[in-house]
Amino acid sequence: MPDVLQIENLRTHFFTSDGVVKAVDGISFSVAEAQVLGLVGESGSGKSMTCRSIMRVIPAPGKIIDGHIYYQGQDVLAWPESRLTQFRGREVSMILQEPMTALNPVLTIGDQIVETIVQHENVSRREAQARAVNSMKRVGIPAAERRLKEYPHQFSGGMRQRAMIAIALACKPKVLLADEPTTALDVTIQDQIIRLVQELQQDLGMSVVWVTHDLGVVAQLCHRVAVMYAGKIFELTDVFELFENSRHPYTRGLMHSIPAGASRDGKLASIPGQPPNLLDLAPGCPFAPRCSYTKDRCRAEEIVLRPVSAGHYSSCLRFEEIWN
Amino acid sequence: MSASDRLISAGNGQPLVSIKDLSKTFVLGKSIVRRILGKKPEYLRAVHGVNLDIYQGEALGLVGESGCGKTTLGRCILRLYEPDQGQVLVGGQNVMEMHGPALREMRRRMQIIFQDPYSSLNPRQRVRHMLAEACSVHKVCPPAELNEHVRYLLNIVGLGPDVADRFPHELSGGQRQRVNLARALAVEPQFVVADEPVSALDVSIQAQVVNLLMELQERLHLTMLFITHDLRLVHYVSHRVAVMYLGSIVELGPSEPLFARPLHPYSKALLAALPKVDPRVRARAPAIKGEPPSPINIPPGCPFHPRCGLANNQCKAETPPLTEKEPGHLAACFMV
Repeated sequence: MPDVLQIENLRTHFFTSDGVVKAVDGISFSVAEAQVLGLVGESGSGKSMTCRSIMRVIPAPGKIIDGHIYYQGQDVLAWPESRLTQFRGREVSMILQEPMTALNPVLTIGDQIVETIVQHENVSRREAQARAVNSMKRVGIPAAERRLKEYPHQFSGGMRQRAMIAIALACKPKVLLADEPTTALDVTIQDQIIRLVQELQQDLGMSVVWVTHDLGVVAQLCHRVAVMYAGKIFELTDVFELFENSRHPYTRGLMHSIPAGASRDGKLASIPGQPPNLLDLAPGCPFAPRCSYTKDRCRAEEIVLRPVSAGHYSSCLRFEEIWN
Repeated sequence: MSASDRLISAGNGQPLVSIKDLSKTFVLGKSIVRRILGKKPEYLRAVHGVNLDIYQGEALGLVGESGCGKTTLGRCILRLYEPDQGQVLVGGQNVMEMHGPALREMRRRMQIIFQDPYSSLNPRQRVRHMLAEACSVHKVCPPAELNEHVRYLLNIVGLGPDVADRFPHELSGGQRQRVNLARALAVEPQFVVADEPVSALDVSIQAQVVNLLMELQERLHLTMLFITHDLRLVHYVSHRVAVMYLGSIVELGPSEPLFARPLHPYSKALLAALPKVDPRVRARAPAIKGEPPSPINIPPGCPFHPRCGLANNQCKAETPPLTEKEPGHLAACFMV
């Protein structure tokens, strides 16, 4: 499958009054057609800012200072605003964690879907309305004709997220960027949304970048996974390899800290320490202060993603020594 | 298996906290605007007729989705909300009938840890002040020993003595939750309600705080009500688990059998909806359709019947009681 998105050495930095925050710091990955890529990380790892960089909607004082973002071979960073307007929503769409803040509270759900369609395509409002009803049915909103006329506050959390997906998919984009869309939802509703996205993704042949901190969601939904930490990609591989053969201590630490399903069975393996302060990063691997395999060179050498096997990359300086 | 585990699974323990037929309904829409518009108030039935014993030294997990009433139940036990009916007996005394010094003493014995470590600490007080205040209000130690006691408290939650002079904004989320824990333990309680104590924390920090919580629970012989929506966590932390749906407990039993062989259709659906941490085991269809009905509009009969595949006419008309289906394992369902 050809790549729809290619990110090369992307750097998005925030120039705050306290110093430079390197939110995204030299990451590279690509997303193939009809592929679901999981971006995994904790808060502050740079996963959301990666998505926002692709959409070119970075809040001030953030700036993309280096790198390339290619959409079907074209450099998104070279595009003028007029081209971006076409790109956002038509070619790449985004759904967010909290649908209540992403939806406009004073417009009906129907108006918000129609607006998206009319903005991007040369169709009449009536036609757009009909398509809005269809896309609402498609995402499993019951009584779509009636609910089209309702406002976001009349929707439940799960229904709002379905409405967000309906808006995002109204113009059949090639890529969907999903920024923790199920984190605020209950587990049964999360399950429904995951299965819905899975079904839509397969039917439409769409690519998805799914941002999450939940390895269960990754295991259920993703084909390929990028694990992020402190603005860098630590590990990049397909989902089976990640769970069976991880080559990074951080990834393994995250997996071990999930309770394995036994009551009060010893201690949970936890990762000691806390995520680093991005304003004050020591040289070397940003995970070194918390890692049990740290040697002197981990605190000195810059990390880069290196191949482990075909399609599997790790940034750990010592993975050959540790797992051989 | 520790001694307390054996005691509890054998059912010989004494309940420390006994909840009898507890209900709490919130009245919505008493606002002037609604009254001028002539709208009738609405009733939100948050907790409905809950009976529950929590044994000495036990960690009882209370699990359910948002809006199921688990937080309301926890707060009613401590009388942070006044229940509409029912009793909470702690060591045989009814908390609902207490006032004055007796209630204050009872409040010392029962503490709560809140979910949000950011809003539950006073941003203008140093950690030392917060911990010392709890101790002096409840006269836990003589004023001369306060500093010593604060150091001890920080030590047992794994924080250095330097944290005492910090403000909450200088601490990370995990550290703040440790301070919350220290504050709850400052007054030497017997019973702690932990209301989603780690949900606001990062994954790598959650495990640290959970380990600490369990270690302290065993060391200090605490009885704990552990409220969470996280099924993996509740399985791990709890001796026994209660599953709540729309204000009622639908299943109650020891952690192991309940997670291995859930009885109630809702518990089954809940566990099936949990994403398996294994890419080789992928589900195709969602475990359960539909959404929980609003607690303002609870259907008659079994609250779960509109989403239940097994529901028949009896389920639509009558509310199933919580009955023992296996030794120590209770479910509120006509069909199992």
